[in-house]
Amino acid sequence: MSAQALTLFWPFCLFIVVLFVIGFYCLLVTFNLIRALIGLELLIKAVTLLLVLVGYVTAHEALIQSLVITLIVMEVVIIAVAAGIALGLHRHNKNLDTRQLRNLKG
Amino acid sequence: MRTLALNIDIVILFLMALAALWTVMTRSLLRSAIGLALTSAMLTILMFRLHAPLAAVFELSVCSGLISVVFIATISVTQPMSQEKVLQHMRDRLERFWYLPILLVLIGIVLSFVNFKFNLSVPLPEIEKDPRVVLWNQRPLDLLGQIIMLLTGVFGIIILFREAKQK
Repeated sequence: MSAQALTLFWPFCLFIVVLFVIGFYCLLVTFNLIRALIGLELLIKAVTLLLVLVGYVTAHEALIQSLVITLIVMEVVIIAVAAGIALGLHRHNKNLDTRQLRNLKG
Repeated sequence: MRTLALNIDIVILFLMALAALWTVMTRSLLRSAIGLALTSAMLTILMFRLHAPLAAVFELSVCSGLISVVFIATISVTQPMSQEKVLQHMRDRLERFWYLPILLVLIGIVLSFVNFKFNLSVPLPEIEKDPRVVLWNQRPLDLLGQIIMLLTGVFGIIILFREAKQK
């Protein structure tokens, strides 16, 4: 790893961790399904940035770009299906509070 | 010149973290969705700067555009709460979310003192530089996986929104 890449690596790592913590905290404390999805999105963004950074540092930009494109496709499908599930739940229960969603509770 | 580039990167990273924090902390779900789009736009700029233009274009069009539209449509379909519920919800949120800025400051302080050593490999000389060649020629199974995933999503949505048959 060159000296230039090393100087770039650390600040990016710091902010990736910050982004990950924000997403994880949101996922952990929220009771709203849509906000939980937004937290999940933030986590995926942190992973995307980490992949791109590692690709830049190791000069595997092309490979990492193809991986990131695959990740983005996965992300869209996950969010679309999860939003559909949230809408279905809202249609049945009239709210999206996870504390109220107890239809499957043993 | 190199220091200037690094400073620009840090400013963009800071703006991205700020947008993410606003996304999580703001009361309105609509503003959260807009904040997510802003975070995505900042990530796009960073991807351009890290020599990943093709992935950056995908990120901008799909994550910043399409996913925001999906979120905003979902939010607009769900019913708004009553005024009393909104006030109660605000108090609850404040109790749950005020730890986040403190946690972030603590993590930032700890990470700024830690110095991890990463042993990243030196690039080989024959690495393919064109992402299109990698995606279409070297990793065609990834494309197959993407197609299967898209079809899974389409079938999932169809099943979720299927109308019950009239008897």
